[in-house]
Amino acid sequence: MTMQFWVIQTLNSLALGGLLFLLAAGFSLIFGLMRIANLTHGAFYMLGAYIGVSILQFISNLWIAALLGGLVVALFGGLVERFILRKLAGNELGQVLVTLGFAYIIADFCLVVWGGDPIPLPTPEGLESPVEIAGFMFPAYRLAVVAIALATGVALYLLMERTRLGAMIRAGVDDMQMARAVGIPVSRLFTIVFCLGSALAGAGGILGGPIMSAYPGLDADMLPLALIVVILGGVGSLVGAFVGSFIIGFVYTFGIALFPQLAYVILFLPMIVVIAFRPRGLFGRAGA
Amino acid sequence: MTEALSISGINALYGDSHVLHDVSFALNSGRVLALLGRNGAGKTTCMSAIVGFLPPRDGEIRLFDEPIARLAPETISRKGIGFVPQGRRVFASLTVRENLDVARQSRHDAVTPWTLDRVCDLFPRLRERLYQHAGSLSGGEQQMLAIARALMGNPRVLLMDEPSEGLAPLIVAEVGRTIARLKEAGQSIVLVEQNLKLALDLADDVVMLNTGRVVFAGAVDEVRNNEALLTQHLGIF
Repeated sequence: MTMQFWVIQTLNSLALGGLLFLLAAGFSLIFGLMRIANLTHGAFYMLGAYIGVSILQFISNLWIAALLGGLVVALFGGLVERFILRKLAGNELGQVLVTLGFAYIIADFCLVVWGGDPIPLPTPEGLESPVEIAGFMFPAYRLAVVAIALATGVALYLLMERTRLGAMIRAGVDDMQMARAVGIPVSRLFTIVFCLGSALAGAGGILGGPIMSAYPGLDADMLPLALIVVILGGVGSLVGAFVGSFIIGFVYTFGIALFPQLAYVILFLPMIVVIAFRPRGLFGRAGA
Repeated sequence: MTEALSISGINALYGDSHVLHDVSFALNSGRVLALLGRNGAGKTTCMSAIVGFLPPRDGEIRLFDEPIARLAPETISRKGIGFVPQGRRVFASLTVRENLDVARQSRHDAVTPWTLDRVCDLFPRLRERLYQHAGSLSGGEQQMLAIARALMGNPRVLLMDEPSEGLAPLIVAEVGRTIARLKEAGQSIVLVEQNLKLALDLADDVVMLNTGRVVFAGAVDEVRNNEALLTQHLGIF
């Protein structure tokens, strides 16, 4: 195996890690704050990718498509939260089952509207050709995805750690009942976090489009990865989601490249080890 | 005298177990009411019913004559109930400053509103620890933070559940002095306390609960030297 193989697989790992972070950050925050494993989250990612396909027929700019698609999915997520999940407050099993139901409905909806063939999203202009860095060829778009994920990570970190809204969300993750007793408007936080998580998932689907395409089953491919990331990193922890995403990005990419028959063993083994020895994940908190 | 908080005929249940039976009492504005009773008498359940954690099955709870029973806890808090819970329950992963900041509420009728500066004047130790995580504070400091956090909401009535629990005697005295200062400033307070001396020193009125029923309600002087009453319902002396 050449040096180029290792360098490229490293970049692929980083790009997958970046996309996973966009997916898992929202999943983790929703899980941490609302105590719901939102099983629609993979479907939001796929829905984003397909909506991106349609937007790109009118506006041929992937970045604008990602913004608009993220907004559309955020709006949809907000409606699901306000009008469905809200009615099931306190019934966590019911909420999880509803999110699973929505995942199936969205999957069928996408199949009807966009058909069963994979649809690749075009790579943005100027990023199609590889760039040469230190003698190695890098696909420019994957570098851009990594940069966007890092920028999103920094923005989310600032939101969570440096604003009153972020502190309120963390207070809710720490002790929901007490957060309500000091007057924090928890139900508004639920909607904000659910919209934010949906937006990130939807935009992630579009940004991942040039690499992964939009195809039926994309949701079911991505959701387990998000689950593993959150279990690995710790529920409700942004730093955990970040570190977990890149660990899984590497494990999955190199696992498939080096031991394709064992890809799932390699993927799930670290999760099992973490659950056995650190049940709250690498960055999980007691009580979370 | 205005009634700050009135509880009338509330019944509360944990699942099938009936914990509060027809409980009624009232707190007058600017007074300290001590809610006393043995372990399991229903004191904490009473607090839970008022703050909205355990909505009472029936009965009325009024805050300055406005009904608040069965509202959501965040709404009850915004109407003016401040709560210092048993076990302190500070937001451990937030800094001291963030704990205070997320609980900030302005109230137009507050004469001298509580601000970060003012609660730090009340508890100078919190000022030194503003950027420390609340989980790393000592028990006494966490208790001060829990009180300060409740004050940041500018409560019209402050509920304190066992504020001296698990604290060293020196710190208990400090917490006691703080409650006395709040009382002087006109704060209406319901105090649940196992430390009888502290409770009787601070209270104007006393309500005693026994197995979920009110067995005594009256002025603190009627209790202080009534050993029979104290023995029967609190199991002391």
